[in-house]
Amino acid sequence: DDVTDGGLAQVRHVVLVLSGKGGVGKSTITTELALAFRHAGKKVGILDVDLCGPSIPRMLSIGRPDVHQCDAGWVPVYADAQKSLALMSIGFLLEDPDEAVVWRGPKKSAMIGQFVSDVAWGELDVLLVDTPPGTSDEHLAVLENLKKHRVDGAILVTTPQAVSTGDVRREITFCKKTGVRVLGIVENMSGFVCPHCSECSNIFSKGGGEDLAKLTGSVFLGSVPLDPLLSSSIEEGKDFMQSFPNSATFSAINSISQALLSSLQND
Amino acid sequence: ITSLLCSCVSQRSVDSKALQERQKQIMAKGLPKQKPIAGVKQVIVVASGKGGVGKSTTAVNLALGLMANDSSKSVGLLDADVYGPSIPKLMNLKGNPELSDNNLMVPLTNYGIPCMSMGFLVEDVAPIVWRGLMVMSAIEKLLRQVDWGSLDYLVVDMPPGTGDVQLSITQNIPIAGAVIVSTPQDIALLDARRGAEMFKKVHVPVLGLVQNMSVFQCPNCRHQTHIFGSDGARQLADTLGVRLLGDVPLHLNIRETSDRGQPVVVSSPDSPEAEAYRKVASAVVQRLQEVNT
Repeated sequence: DDVTDGGLAQVRHVVLVLSGKGGVGKSTITTELALAFRHAGKKVGILDVDLCGPSIPRMLSIGRPDVHQCDAGWVPVYADAQKSLALMSIGFLLEDPDEAVVWRGPKKSAMIGQFVSDVAWGELDVLLVDTPPGTSDEHLAVLENLKKHRVDGAILVTTPQAVSTGDVRREITFCKKTGVRVLGIVENMSGFVCPHCSECSNIFSKGGGEDLAKLTGSVFLGSVPLDPLLSSSIEEGKDFMQSFPNSATFSAINSISQALLSSLQND
Repeated sequence: ITSLLCSCVSQRSVDSKALQERQKQIMAKGLPKQKPIAGVKQVIVVASGKGGVGKSTTAVNLALGLMANDSSKSVGLLDADVYGPSIPKLMNLKGNPELSDNNLMVPLTNYGIPCMSMGFLVEDVAPIVWRGLMVMSAIEKLLRQVDWGSLDYLVVDMPPGTGDVQLSITQNIPIAGAVIVSTPQDIALLDARRGAEMFKKVHVPVLGLVQNMSVFQCPNCRHQTHIFGSDGARQLADTLGVRLLGDVPLHLNIRETSDRGQPVVVSSPDSPEAEAYRKVASAVVQRLQEVNT
């Protein structure tokens, strides 16, 4: 079984980060949860299967290192010296950072197949899989290749507005159809607090994620506010969880990560 | 012997060139031929590369802006985002399209704009879990089997990414120009750049960039916050050598009217947001004229 499991043999939990909608913050939430898990002493891996728009290397300030192969497969890139945060992304394999990956489905599926089975993750507590928006080749390829290994489930990220929750609702149906357990819903960009006068404006509406959770009988993991400090931190590839431990955003992400960890460990 | 060798080599290089040409011809046979959509004068695609930057919102308000600037023009809206069709919600349209006498789908119309979307063909909550090939045939239907009538402009709302849908559309129909939407943050600009790169690869002229969600003004104290960074799209436009078509601020009104299905250009035509979209529309028209001469 170790042979068929490939690089995932010693990965304890696999969590997909999904959304039907683009631009809701899947990559941001994936990165922040990974950093939160790491601060909690866990060994984390991130698999970035967004072939058209790989954002994670940028968010972790990793740039474009050389990717090596060992006997067990591709060696993931580590974000730190202690090797507690591992990352594999198509962004590492592109020669030119501005290169557009204009591939049709079968080629994407083949690439993702390699990513899922041939990366030597080693021992990990959690592997987070960041996906592109939609319900297409990439998602099917990930699920098919992960079938041999257990997938604990998926968390869904949404913004509160109607165009977003509509798409995420479809994604939830996708999970039900493919037998992926919905671990919970995260409402991102939920309210903006003006840094000047502290007035809270609901730019992208509010409560949509919570309503969606109630509507579909899913767990509501929490809401993360729209925070310019978070977006600039992500932009510069800094560790937000370390730089701003006193912010409301920090406690929101922290409580989401703890809720997720306890639901994973209770299985 | 040397001269014999030389002539052999040059013969081979001539042959290999002819061979390459022949190979190109054979490869091209498998690709769909580009054929214009009957009755549609110019196709404008609204794309990005990055999800969630406001393509659909921009496409809707661009279409309405084109009509608002020149009421003699007829504009249609095609939602090519098969996986996450937003146009029905934004245009407040629902229901299955009827079939015309010659078996073409009749687009649903609101605010004077005929629209077609995958969202009209499937249930609200049904996910479209299709691989590339099925998506291609769905796009083919949305392009060819709709009774658009006679349109001056067809605005196409693209899905995020650079994959099957984008390739299918650019291979199937001639496109007058592409509008690339991005927010100011680097993460979005990286993808917007890839989007522009993709259009270059498939020889579609890039009309320019739209910088969306540029700045937020607190309704209470009017303090301006650049939530998603500032001016990144303007700088990228300079770098790529394309025009910045417009700058749309992050305003609650845009989201509120969008969620209600009453796009800001028609529901609050005197607001600065609507003005911003109308400006984008006139810049697009100007660029189309430049590109086509």
